[in-house]
Amino acid sequence: MLKILYFASVREQLGQGSEELPLPAGVVDVAGLLGFLAQRGGAWEHLAGSGTCAGGQSGNGRLDAPIGAEDDGDEVAFFPPVTGG
Amino acid sequence: MMVRVQEADFDVGAELAALRRDEPQIGALVLRRPRARCQRRRRGLRDDARTLPRDDRESACSDRRRSRQRWKLIDAMVIHRVGRLLPGDQIVLVAVAGAHRGEAFAACEFIMDYLKTRAPFWKREVTPQGARWVAARASDDQAAERWQGRSFRPC
Repeated sequence: MLKILYFASVREQLGQGSEELPLPAGVVDVAGLLGFLAQRGGAWEHLAGSGTCAGGQSGNGRLDAPIGAEDDGDEVAFFPPVTGG
Repeated sequence: MMVRVQEADFDVGAELAALRRDEPQIGALVLRRPRARCQRRRRGLRDDARTLPRDDRESACSDRRRSRQRWKLIDAMVIHRVGRLLPGDQIVLVAVAGAHRGEAFAACEFIMDYLKTRAPFWKREVTPQGARWVAARASDDQAAERWQGRSFRPC
């Protein structure tokens, strides 16, 4: 299973904070996942431009970060630029 | 070394006493304690920092490790509050203890820059006119870039 987390303004725009779904066929990296999610239309089409992604085990912010390499599922987060401190 | 993400307020004096203990080699103790600001006139502005605590801790820990690798520090602590904060409330405490002030000042600035540009926290302002997410500032990114490629004495 693939777990996707949404934070801050991204969560607000999408109306949900997380979801779990079987790894979509053909999706091997973050860019592929964004393309899959964009098919839902509406706010999902703008997810790619909304900020940063943190791919599960590996690349922070990299669109080519692989997804689904872990046997026990993977975790990906999408969020806008941070504003803490 | 200590990192905490919490909703509760903190007592700077008590936290610093725990950091300082009685180590005679500490020559410099540098702290930053930003507070929630009322940015555009006074209209009951509130900051609402929201976050995923687990990720915050992981990120803050690696942040602290990075600063330990760059400077010769004796100890450091980071407290980042989350939840509803009013103007004037304490948000963050970064305190660094080192043998010399140069390293302690630099490490403290490094940690603050990291908190502003990398740690997963987001501010949300709530005003009588409604709520909005605070936009990231380019000046914070520029401040953080000064650390790229810098090397300091390892611990």
